[in-house]
This record gives sequence, structure tokens and C-alpha cells, in this order.
Amino acid sequence: MPKLDKRTADALIWALLLTAPFWLTQVGGYVELGSRVLIYALAAMALNFLLGYTGVLSFGHAAYFGLGAYGTALTIKLLYPSTPAGMLVGIVVGTAAAAIIGLLIVRLRGVYFAMCTIAFGQVFYFIAFRWFSLTHGDDGVSAWHRMPINLGFTTIDILQNNKSFYYFVLTVFAASAGAIAFLLRSPFGRTLLAIRENERRARFLGIPVDRHIWMSWVISCFFVSIAGTLYALLNDFVDPRALRWDQSGNFVIMAVLGGMRSFWGPLIGAAIFLVLQDYISSETENWMSFIGLFFVLVVLFFPRGVLGIIRRRTAS
Amino acid sequence: MTQLILFNVFNGLIIGAFYALMALGLSLILNLSGVINFAHGGFLAIGGYLAYTLIPYLGFWGALIASPFLVAGIGVLVERVLIRRLYGRDPLYSLLLTFGLAFMIEDGTRFIWGAQSLPFSIPSWLSRPLSYQYFFLTGYRVFMVLLVGAAVAGLFLILNYTRLGIRIRAGTLDLETVSVLGVNVRVLRNLNFGLGIYLAGLAGVLAAGMLGLQPTVGDSLIMPSFIAIIVGGLGSLPGTLLGGLLIGVASGVTSVFFPSASEAVIYMMMAAVLIVRPRGLLGEEGRF
Repeated sequence: MPKLDKRTADALIWALLLTAPFWLTQVGGYVELGSRVLIYALAAMALNFLLGYTGVLSFGHAAYFGLGAYGTALTIKLLYPSTPAGMLVGIVVGTAAAAIIGLLIVRLRGVYFAMCTIAFGQVFYFIAFRWFSLTHGDDGVSAWHRMPINLGFTTIDILQNNKSFYYFVLTVFAASAGAIAFLLRSPFGRTLLAIRENERRARFLGIPVDRHIWMSWVISCFFVSIAGTLYALLNDFVDPRALRWDQSGNFVIMAVLGGMRSFWGPLIGAAIFLVLQDYISSETENWMSFIGLFFVLVVLFFPRGVLGIIRRRTAS
Repeated sequence: MTQLILFNVFNGLIIGAFYALMALGLSLILNLSGVINFAHGGFLAIGGYLAYTLIPYLGFWGALIASPFLVAGIGVLVERVLIRRLYGRDPLYSLLLTFGLAFMIEDGTRFIWGAQSLPFSIPSWLSRPLSYQYFFLTGYRVFMVLLVGAAVAGLFLILNYTRLGIRIRAGTLDLETVSVLGVNVRVLRNLNFGLGIYLAGLAGVLAAGMLGLQPTVGDSLIMPSFIAIIVGGLGSLPGTLLGGLLIGVASGVTSVFFPSASEAVIYMMMAAVLIVRPRGLLGEEGRF
């Protein structure tokens, strides 16, 4: 394998993402699949901010993803038919919920933290499921759709034209990825790495560990709720499955599959996972078994993920 | 009104007994091996379905005895082949693996026994109400509470008076020392996993008699079991038992006044415990 310089790799990834609507159909994909990969990649990258760079395991990110989605859907449907307004509400709701729950669990560590994120993740599932008058329970929020974006001088029709929706998603994805990269390179991001590597030593250095973990958690959930709003816009629909625990597991497996210790890992993991899921669920009714088997195989044979393996190869 | 409240308290007690059975198994595995077994609900479903298949051959009582042991056997095998490889690694991996297992088991039961809900017949003399005034006291429910009580008592007897149980408790405190003292830790963890899964299988047979059988039967029980462990305190089995009964009764009582909040209330209890006492009601200081 030829050695890839980091900058070349970045340029290659952006070039592939920018041209995706044109080559995806050539290789048997479709444009919506590209949008879905970007959305899940953003969610997995957001999770990886916490998992890979802070060393804290959350199995409940679907809750904030789903809150973003529900916030968007309900705002556009009931309050004000505008895509940016819907997204704003979704992001605020998701982040605010994460900030409150973060306060409750930030003192916990390891398995205990993971278990509490799982349990708290289900609260919102039950609320969405039970609050029938607002969310229509299991039937989900339907009978609404994303609105064209009015920029003043021109309108972008993200509703009818799926290519312009893809580029809309890509713009949001690029802004978020840039922000995540910026945060990771900042002193704050370096502090998170220090906590991941040795929490006790970080504490001895006078770093307020709990506060940093809380901030990392809220930032991570902020980006995951952005992904959630895009998810609602993609489907023009949202139901409680968006915030169920299996969704959280999907985010984690994407990050692990691609490589937790690398920036682009979750993107690659999301692409592999979604293409595989798309293929398997069109081939067989028992796709759940195959996805489950896939989880098991990844854990047993690819715990470092795709990029982890490549990096090891090139290093040796 | 008193009757209604009594009815719901009793109902909550039964649900709580289920939670406790599930949560005790989860807790055993978590304490000794550090593995959160997401597939626990799946093993519960297997227990119910196996009993359904065995009833025509063994009758209800035979199935009630045989099915949990079979499930425990499957559990021992799964630990041997898959979970054993992940000890000592980041808990992330065992969580993902059992997560995948949960998917496979749910889909597998659907494949073998079908997606429709199956009827589960219990002996007719057990399903009769015991008294007219307290119509909800059917024989089966009382029997269930008694059986769960016996199982829990049995578990604590095993843990306190048998060599295996004492080793499990010692391993929970300090596995390395137990290993140095010449105990085969691999076998110990294997048997302990089987014991935890046995409890899930038993809960599965009992749940089948009450809730019927669907592939997702374990789903509704696993989250409350996590909460039971958190509320009761990680690392403490009596705590887990207390947590299970407590959230069961609390959701039962809440369903009298606000039926739609019966799930929300257990999450509020968890939040309250985490604020006031993050280690849980009976949890040890500094364990996690």
C-alpha cells in the first residue's frame, strides 16, 4: 500500500464527497444513500469526539439524535414552516437535554457511565412513544416536508432536487467536521486527549476533569443533534426508532469499524455499514441476524477498525 | 380504591420480581467479569420459547425445570466461544458483541418460532383467581412471586454456602488474588455466566406465562433491569434485588394515578438516586 500523506488523504476524501452525486449512480448507488452516509458519518464523528478523543463510552447518543429529529419535524409541522428554524429548534432541544443529563452522569466512569447513558437514552424513546397527542407514538410524525431554503437573493430547492439536498447536507457536514477538527486541535482538545490517556495524571495537573468531560459530552451531543435534524429532513418523517438503543449501537459500531483513533474513521465506518445494510436488507428478510453477526465479527477481528489496520501496516 | 391500589401494588411487585430476576443475572456477570450483557433479554426470550416447545413433551412442570438449564447451557457455550476473548479489554467491545448477539437472538427466535405472538398454556388450576374480592390474585401470580422468592433465596444460599458461590463473591472483590490462590478463574467466570443466564431463562418461562411470547419479549424488561442495578448500586446483589422491587412497585403505584407516566417514574427515580447518591442505594463507595 502506497503511503498516503495526510493532506493528500484529506483532499481525496473531500473530492470524493463533492463529486459523490455523479459517481454514486454509476456504481449502483443512489443520491439519498450518499446523504444518509453523510448524516450517519456526522453522528458517528460526533460520538467519536467523546469515545475516541475523550475516552468516554456513550451508548445513548441516539436520544439526542432523535431529539434533534423530533424538534425539527414538530417545529416545521406545527410552529413555523422553515427548514433553518426547524433545525435550530432541534439542535437547541437536543443539546439542552444533553446538558442536563450530562450533569447527572458526569461523575461516573467506565461501564457505569455507559450503563447510565443507555438507560437515560431510553427516556426520550418512551416519551416519543407515549405522548401520542404530540408525536403520534409509534406512527411517527408525518405529513410535513422540508422547505426550500430562502437566502434572500435566491432560493435553494432542497425539497424536489435530491442533488441540491445532498449538497445542503454536505455543507452542514463540512462546517461541523471543520468545527470538530478545530476543537480537537485547540488546547481544549489536547486536554481531552490528556484525560483519555491518563485521567489521574490530568487531575494532578489541576485540570478540572469532570467539567471537561461534561463539555466534551455536550459538544458531542450538539453535533449528534445536528445530524438528527438532517435525518428528519432527509426522510420528511421521524418515528421513535430514531432514538431507540439500536440506533446508539449503530453509531458506536460505525466509529469502531472505521477506526476510533482517526478523524475520518467514522465516515468510512458509516459508509461501509450503510452500504452493507442497504444491500443485506434488500436481499434477505433476516437482515438483523447479519447485522448482529457483523457486530460480532468486527469486535472479534477488526477491533482497531479499517484505518487502525492501515495505519499499523504503513507504520511497520 | 384500596382494591385498585392493592391490585397495582401487587402487579408492581410481580413486575419488580421480573426486573429483579433479570437484574440479578446481569449483575452477577457484570460484577465478576465487567461485561454488560445486552443479550440478556434475548436469553430470556429463548427460555420462554424453549419452554413452549418442551411443554408437549414434558408438561408445564418439566419445561419449567428443563428450559432454564438448557438456556444456561447455551449461555455457557456463548461465553466459552465468544465472550471469553474480550475479558480485560475495553468494556466497549463486550458491549458491542452482546449487542450484536441480541440482534441475532431476536431475529433467530423470529426465524424459528415466527413473528406472531404465541399462546403459552399454564395449568388451568393455576390460572384461577384465589378469591372473588381480590380477583387479581390468580394462582399463577402468587405462584410466580413464590417461585421468584425461592430462586432468589437459592441464589443467595449458593453464594453464601457453596464453594462456587464463595469463590464468585471473592472473585468479585479481587479476581487476581483468587486466581493466585489456585482457583481456575476461567471456569469460575464460565459457571458464573451460566448462573446469570439461568436466572434469565427462568424469568423467560415465567414471563411467557404472563405476557405471552413474542421475539421482543425481553426488550421491555432489559432497560428497567439496568435501572434496577443503577438504583440498587453497582456491585451489590442485595442492592440489585431491592432496586428491582422498588422500581416495580413504584411504576405499579404510578399507573394508578398517571398511567402514561409509569415508565417515566423509574427514570426519575434513577435521576434522583444519581443526584443524591451516585453509587446507588446499597453500592460500595469508590467501586466505580
